[in-house]
Amino acid sequence: MKSLIPIGPFHPLQEEPELFLLELDGETVVGIDIQLGYNHRGIEKLSEAKTYEQITFLVERICGICSNSHPLAYVQAVEEIIRCEVPKRALYIRAVIAELERIHSHLLWLGLAGHFLGYNTVWMWAWKYREPVLEILELLTGNRNHYAMMKIGGVRRDIERKNIEKVLKALKELEGKLSELTQAILDDPVLHLRLKGIGVLSREDIREYGALGPTARASGVEIDVRKNHPYSVYNEVEWKVITQESGDVFGKAVVRCLECFESIKIIQQCLEKLPEGEIDALVKEIPAGEGIGLAEAPRGEVFHYVLSDGSNQPLRHKIRAPSYMNIPTCQVSVQGAELSDVVLILAGIDPCYCCTERLGVVDYRSKARVMSGEDLVRLSQAKTARIKKEL
Amino acid sequence: MSEWEERLRQGLGERIIKLSELGRRIYIEVLSRDIKEVARYIFQDLGARFITVSGMDKEREFELIYHFGLDSDGAVISVRVKLDKNRLEIDSISGIIKGAEFIEREIYELLGVGFKGHPNLRPLLGAENWREGFYPLRRNR
Repeated sequence: MKSLIPIGPFHPLQEEPELFLLELDGETVVGIDIQLGYNHRGIEKLSEAKTYEQITFLVERICGICSNSHPLAYVQAVEEIIRCEVPKRALYIRAVIAELERIHSHLLWLGLAGHFLGYNTVWMWAWKYREPVLEILELLTGNRNHYAMMKIGGVRRDIERKNIEKVLKALKELEGKLSELTQAILDDPVLHLRLKGIGVLSREDIREYGALGPTARASGVEIDVRKNHPYSVYNEVEWKVITQESGDVFGKAVVRCLECFESIKIIQQCLEKLPEGEIDALVKEIPAGEGIGLAEAPRGEVFHYVLSDGSNQPLRHKIRAPSYMNIPTCQVSVQGAELSDVVLILAGIDPCYCCTERLGVVDYRSKARVMSGEDLVRLSQAKTARIKKEL
Repeated sequence: MSEWEERLRQGLGERIIKLSELGRRIYIEVLSRDIKEVARYIFQDLGARFITVSGMDKEREFELIYHFGLDSDGAVISVRVKLDKNRLEIDSISGIIKGAEFIEREIYELLGVGFKGHPNLRPLLGAENWREGFYPLRRNR
């Protein structure tokens, strides 16, 4: 008997609510339907009624985790219309904030993935080490989240010299702790058994679906806006694009773990090289024209297209977040998977856990709720425990 | 003429109505009936990555812009297509690029443009009881 299992709406595994309708034959997934829109706030339309300055704050609120990536892509799109030169110091500060955001986002994911697996120690560790990153962000920007640092033509706040030492010291400590954590994760035999070979995406899948970020890089596709379409100062510092060949959830975890170290390297170099000077090009007017802004968010490329008619409001503002391209890949990656692995596969493209209690399993015939979100997590945790015992 | 402009002109020839290049951005305009062939050329032959489509109601006509990333070169090709507001229909490219399925559904729902040959053309975002024929991204006239 086939059964239908809705995961969501109110987005069980992502930042936004969403419905994944799984079609199951016994324990095996044979189909999936994805429905978006539960959190559609009409931001593109709203943007047409706001001034260019206000939009920077509006797009910051698209996502609570990548609250720097959207404003960054947006200001770059507008700067392309103006053709203004952004001061070097501002470009360095942009990279520092963007990389801090990446570390805290990846650690958030790692912790949640750990919890899903029944590895609550990983969860506690990852989030403990995420805390100093949020403290650094608060020190530099005044906020733990929604930093409000981006501005058309520059940044809104300078990095004070006295803070640089503090940040470098905190990063040094973080690097040591993170390498211990990463080693513990990569060496764990249970995690290998649990994460390897599930939710596999091939290079062709990535290209077909236009998937982005760690999802693509874990399948050996070397795409990263920071390298491919250099912005800010990413071509002036030493770092490398992390890729894995496996395409499974394990590969995605490895990519995210190792990217944290690259981000630390970028921040250290930026702070050491930080040039003196202005942080704002003092833009007065925005001429008519169109511009495209690209930025690498923790989950992949963020795309903003802005069309200006020379007034103080845009005529059209198109926004495309990376998950919009990554979510449809689940159509491939959950095919044939076991129900207990689905949670991890959907989570593989980057989850938000606070919504998990909205997950539910419903009997196809009677439409009765037979399993809650918590039950599904428990199912996943039980599988890990079983593997542990068998080892 | 840049390398990409040359390759676009070579592959698409007469199909390009307009072409302008601004730094790393290449904007071309083609007829709506050619979109499938143009998208296929850019995606398969030039090896570009599909980014998204942006649709807009320009009052006299509707405009769709198909954005493709040339990751090897840090460039973006944006293909502009104009649609007669009395015939809001265009060929779907989701047969060539699977990743275009979602955005075509979104434009169908928010702007009211039909995509011929789309495998699953139904609303993507709105509630089930959404008012039919009400398109939020259209401008009031």
